[in-house]
Amino acid sequence: MIKSLKNNLKGILIEGLTLSSALLIIAILIVMVTVIVIGGKDQISWEFLTSFPEDGMTKGGIFPAIYGTALLVLIMAVAAVPFGTITAIYLTEYAKEHSIIAKTIRFAVRTLAVIPSIIYGLFGLGFFIKFVGTSMDNAFLGGQLKWGQPNILWASLTMSLLTLPVVIVSVEEALKTVPNDLRAASLALGATKWQTIWKVVIPGSISGIMTGTILAVSRGAGEVAPIMFTGAIYYVATLPGSFSDQFMVLGYHIYVMTTQSANVDKTLPIQFGTTLVLLALTFILNISAIVLRYRIRKKKIN
Amino acid sequence: MKRIKKGKQSGSAMQNSGLIDITHKKFRWSEYLAEKIIKGVAFLSITIIILIFVFVFREAFPIFTSAKTPDKTEVVKSKDQVQETNVAVKIQTSNSEVQETYGEVTDKPAATDVQETYGEVTDSSTQSETSDEDYTVSSGSGYDDNQTALKSLLTKDWVPVSQKPRYGILSLIVGTFKITLISILFAAPLAILAALYTASFASKRMKEIIKPTIELLAGFPSIVIGFFALMVLATFLQNVFHYDTRLNSFVGGIAMGIAAIPIIFTITEDALTAVPSSFYQASLALGASKWQTAFFVILPAATPGIFAAILLGIGRVFGETMIALMATGNAALMDLNPFTSVRTLAATIGAEMAEVVFGDTHYNVLFLIGALLFVFTFALNAIAEFYVKGKLMKRIQGK
Repeated sequence: MIKSLKNNLKGILIEGLTLSSALLIIAILIVMVTVIVIGGKDQISWEFLTSFPEDGMTKGGIFPAIYGTALLVLIMAVAAVPFGTITAIYLTEYAKEHSIIAKTIRFAVRTLAVIPSIIYGLFGLGFFIKFVGTSMDNAFLGGQLKWGQPNILWASLTMSLLTLPVVIVSVEEALKTVPNDLRAASLALGATKWQTIWKVVIPGSISGIMTGTILAVSRGAGEVAPIMFTGAIYYVATLPGSFSDQFMVLGYHIYVMTTQSANVDKTLPIQFGTTLVLLALTFILNISAIVLRYRIRKKKIN
Repeated sequence: MKRIKKGKQSGSAMQNSGLIDITHKKFRWSEYLAEKIIKGVAFLSITIIILIFVFVFREAFPIFTSAKTPDKTEVVKSKDQVQETNVAVKIQTSNSEVQETYGEVTDKPAATDVQETYGEVTDSSTQSETSDEDYTVSSGSGYDDNQTALKSLLTKDWVPVSQKPRYGILSLIVGTFKITLISILFAAPLAILAALYTASFASKRMKEIIKPTIELLAGFPSIVIGFFALMVLATFLQNVFHYDTRLNSFVGGIAMGIAAIPIIFTITEDALTAVPSSFYQASLALGASKWQTAFFVILPAATPGIFAAILLGIGRVFGETMIALMATGNAALMDLNPFTSVRTLAATIGAEMAEVVFGDTHYNVLFLIGALLFVFTFALNAIAEFYVKGKLMKRIQGK
């Protein structure tokens, strides 16, 4: 009797411990969001979002940073989504589940997902700028420096490598939810394999492709390390007009303002405001991705 | 189902022979091309890994070959009129960052402000030996004896920009491990217990709250966590623990732990739910209570998965750059006190790459550090992937 009581108590204690860990994690999230919202909410205004920085970043808005971020993720998505989707199609539709090729590709994808983002930055610098860019300059411009330096194209491509695994994993998950009956029916009606994929499988998993895109965009908007030396810049007076321009970006803006600018105190409200904008952006994207994915999983169960 | 299999077989037979397979279906060039193109694209991920490997090492390699003249004309940030001012801003500001370690900045007056307002290590007694060396922006190119650099690699002095640069990465490695240890000690228990709760005790409703929340946390940009650590967490922890330097490895470790929690949680949760329900039922049938089952049956059965989760968490922290740059103080000190500043490997690359001269020794050393990081995370992932997962499958399937 006493033993079972002791056991019960232990059980409650242990369950309580695990529950409080879960609650603590949620609390950390809530505290972070609250602090940033409270610190930044007074700063948010239409003007802040649509005007250029003034007086050494102490006044004005962050429009170029928002514009740069949007452009970055757009080019990144254009590069990453098709390649990611095709890789996922290969893995689910063509490759045999346990073939060495499929296993190697899966391993490569997971490795890509865990490589530190700073390594992508180094790779972008070493490959895109120093190798591809310099070769392009030598071949087309007679050695004149245009592509062999940081710019928005190289930054976006670097970022697209980083977000490729995000796209692949989401799309693969969605492709698996398309019932095999549909594929079989399509093939039975005389459609070829590619026709089946194009007309049946892809339309059936469009929400998965969207989830992947949204997650990739959210990741790309928040990462700073890969673009620090492949194209992002603290201040530039004009918006990027061509692929060879450097650009401002929200995350890098926060980083430089908080750690390296000369008057940190004066820019404090703007720092909070910028962080809030970035956080709100990733939050909205992530929540929509979670909702979409939740729907896909529900479909899978039904 | 059968039909699909048949189709696949005939498809592969066709590939092998290269002939038209009359018995099953017509050979179509478009189909053939589509498959080949898709396959080619799928190989892209492998190609990227190889390219990263090759190009990071390629830039690091010159450090091992002596007597090489660096390319002095190419500077990372260059030319355009518009950008010139920014370069000034960039160089000036980054000086403030490295200033403590590299000595006095003479020509950039605004640089010291940051130090004072932000409480990055102001106590420079430990680095007094370096403070008499003059800092000049271009000094890196004046010194290019890779042999000496190579020899200094395994010392603890990280003084890359001075008359006599030394590239001792030992203090960086120790700093990185110290901060990794702190953050895993913080994140792993929390994440594993939370995962155990979600997998074993939580109601369906609770699960639907916890899991999306953790997914949201996973989506937090590290720059935002870094900002939070710098602005709020650092002050809060200093008030609680009363230590001297505001930004130190403890603050950085906790902040990186926050970034690692979602990874550890997700993988642990997957491993716990992958334990077959027969384990659970058998344990309950033998008279064990719910918590006993969770602690003594489910958790041990999933240990390899949890181990993998911790490994990947370590990988995440090890390569984390932005949080390290913002919250650790960035002084290359070598000690085991959790309340002193550290400079991690990744943060060193992040802070210094923007102003090195292309092809310089310093540049090569930074790439060498990158190669080190790459190899380390690659190995961690490979262990997590092959060793642990194989073990997990064996244990669960009882083979």
